[in-house]
Amino acid sequence: MIDALTVTVSVTALLLAAWCGFAVYRDQPTKDWHFVGMAVVTLLVLVQLVVGIVQLARGEEPHDSTAIFVAYLFGATAAVPAAGFLSLSERTRWGSATVTAGSVVLAVLEVRLFDIWGGAGA
Amino acid sequence: MPDTGNTGPTAQAPGDSAAGARARLGAGPGRLLLALYGVFTVAAASRSAYQLAVQFDEAPLAYALSALAALVYAFITVSLARGGETARRAATVCCAAELLGVLAVGTWTLLEPSAFPDQTVWSDYGMGYLFLPLVLPVTGLVWLRRARRS
Repeated sequence: MIDALTVTVSVTALLLAAWCGFAVYRDQPTKDWHFVGMAVVTLLVLVQLVVGIVQLARGEEPHDSTAIFVAYLFGATAAVPAAGFLSLSERTRWGSATVTAGSVVLAVLEVRLFDIWGGAGA
Repeated sequence: MPDTGNTGPTAQAPGDSAAGARARLGAGPGRLLLALYGVFTVAAASRSAYQLAVQFDEAPLAYALSALAALVYAFITVSLARGGETARRAATVCCAAELLGVLAVGTWTLLEPSAFPDQTVWSDYGMGYLFLPLVLPVTGLVWLRRARRS
C-alpha cells in the first residue's frame, strides 16, 4: 500500500514540477490550474500521511528508525503547500520556479521514504 | 501578469524605505533561493537534531558540523525573508562562511575520511544533496551582490 502510494506521489510530483517548469520557460506565474495541480498532489501526500501513521499505529515498523520515517513523512506533506504559499505572493516566473523546486524536493523525499520504509517489502 | 523581475531587483536609491528593501531580497529569483534555503534549514536542522539526540557518540564532529550548517542556513533564510541592507550584509557574510564551510569540510572528508564515520550535509562537497550545498552559496552571493548594485 505504502509503496504504491510513494510511487504515485513521486510521479504526480514530477508531473507538477514539469508543468510549473513549463510556466517558468514561458515566463508565467502560477495560475489557478497550477494550484489545482498542487491541491491534487497535496491531497495525495495527506493520504500518504494518514496511511503512514495508521501503518505505524498498527505496529508495523519501518526498516530504519521510526522517528526518521515520521520526520520525512511530515516534510513530504509540507513541501508542496509551502512552495504554493510562496508562489502566491511572487506573481512572476520565479513563483513557478519555486513550485517546481518544491515538487522536485517532494519527489526526492519520496525516494528517501521508500528507502526508509524498507524498499520493496524488505 | 508579465514578468518584470528577471533582471534582478528594481533600481532603488540606497536608504529607501524598509518596505521597499524588504521586498527585494526575497522577491524574484530571491524567492526561489529563499525556498531552497528553507528546505536546507529544515533538512540540516532535523538531521542534526536527530543525530545529536540519538547517536552523538558515533560521530560527534560530523553531527556538530551538521548543526552548525543548520544554524547558518536558518540565518540566511531569515535574512532573505526580512530583507534590508543589514540583512543583506549579514546574509553575504553567512553565504561566504557557508561556501568556505562546504569547501573545507568537503576537502576534509576526502583527505581524512576516518574523522567522519558518518555523513554531514557538507560531506564530499554536498554530493548527497546533489551538490546543492555548493551551488547555493555561490548563487546566493551573486544574488546579494546584485541586490546591492541596484
